[in-house]
Amino acid sequence: MTYEVGTELPALSVRLRRDDLVRYAGASLDFNPIHWNEKTAKDVGLPDVIAHGMLTMAVASRIVAEWIGDPGAIVEYGCRFGRPVVVPNDGEGALVEVTAKVTKDFEDGTVKVNINAAFDGKSVLTGAFARVRVG
Amino acid sequence: MPLDPAFIGRSYPPSQPYDVSREKIREFAEAIGATSPAYRDAEAAKALGHRDVIAPPTFAIVVSMKTNETVMFDPELQLDYSRVVHGDQNFVHHRPITAGDQLVCVAHIDAITSRMGNDMVTVRTEISTVGGEPVTTAKSMLVVRGEDA
Repeated sequence: MTYEVGTELPALSVRLRRDDLVRYAGASLDFNPIHWNEKTAKDVGLPDVIAHGMLTMAVASRIVAEWIGDPGAIVEYGCRFGRPVVVPNDGEGALVEVTAKVTKDFEDGTVKVNINAAFDGKSVLTGAFARVRVG
Repeated sequence: MPLDPAFIGRSYPPSQPYDVSREKIREFAEAIGATSPAYRDAEAAKALGHRDVIAPPTFAIVVSMKTNETVMFDPELQLDYSRVVHGDQNFVHHRPITAGDQLVCVAHIDAITSRMGNDMVTVRTEISTVGGEPVTTAKSMLVVRGEDA
């Protein structure tokens, strides 16, 4: 793996379907019904069931883990949850497109990687970044 | 009713230890579609210098779930859970969460602010081993939407 400030990581496209949300609910123990029950989601004003923000965040972390090889090198990871990923009850689900770029060398053996996760052409995570040990 | 800033600085008692298992890590990795061998194969993880399989960077949310619920359902805080949305999340890993870890969580309320009718609560959860070794600092900012927001 070679890098410098400006290096773009290999892009990642992830399709999230209803069954992915159910699986994540079980694995994460987050059973909030807005992530699997249309009626509840619509009752609170959402257009449909939405993905867990933490699922989108977890999926976006894969771009860094797959680039760096050792996911233990991710020493910090943060984001704001800007927009929901709406997941319709069809075979298609929602396509989340993840891109990332090295934006800073902290010169202590770590670099900053800025991450963008887009759904429907709009960014869903705001200010997402990872600090990654490279040396 | 806005949240009382007097709760800034409140700390909660340590959680019961959470036993990190290879199987829960594998289940979580599969649920997020992560393919890294370090999440599934102890030998591959050891080759990278880890004691056993390690957890994905956001797995700490599972470990801290019960502790965060203790804060959200703290009757004194009077937080309306039905109006809570997750605003932001940050994890600092002092080292990766590793299978075999027994982890204890201690939650702290770091900040309470109000903006445009919404309350923002920042909860910091310090995750360490039962032996006291720091593992992860997880910060969650929760937005409590105002009645009119």
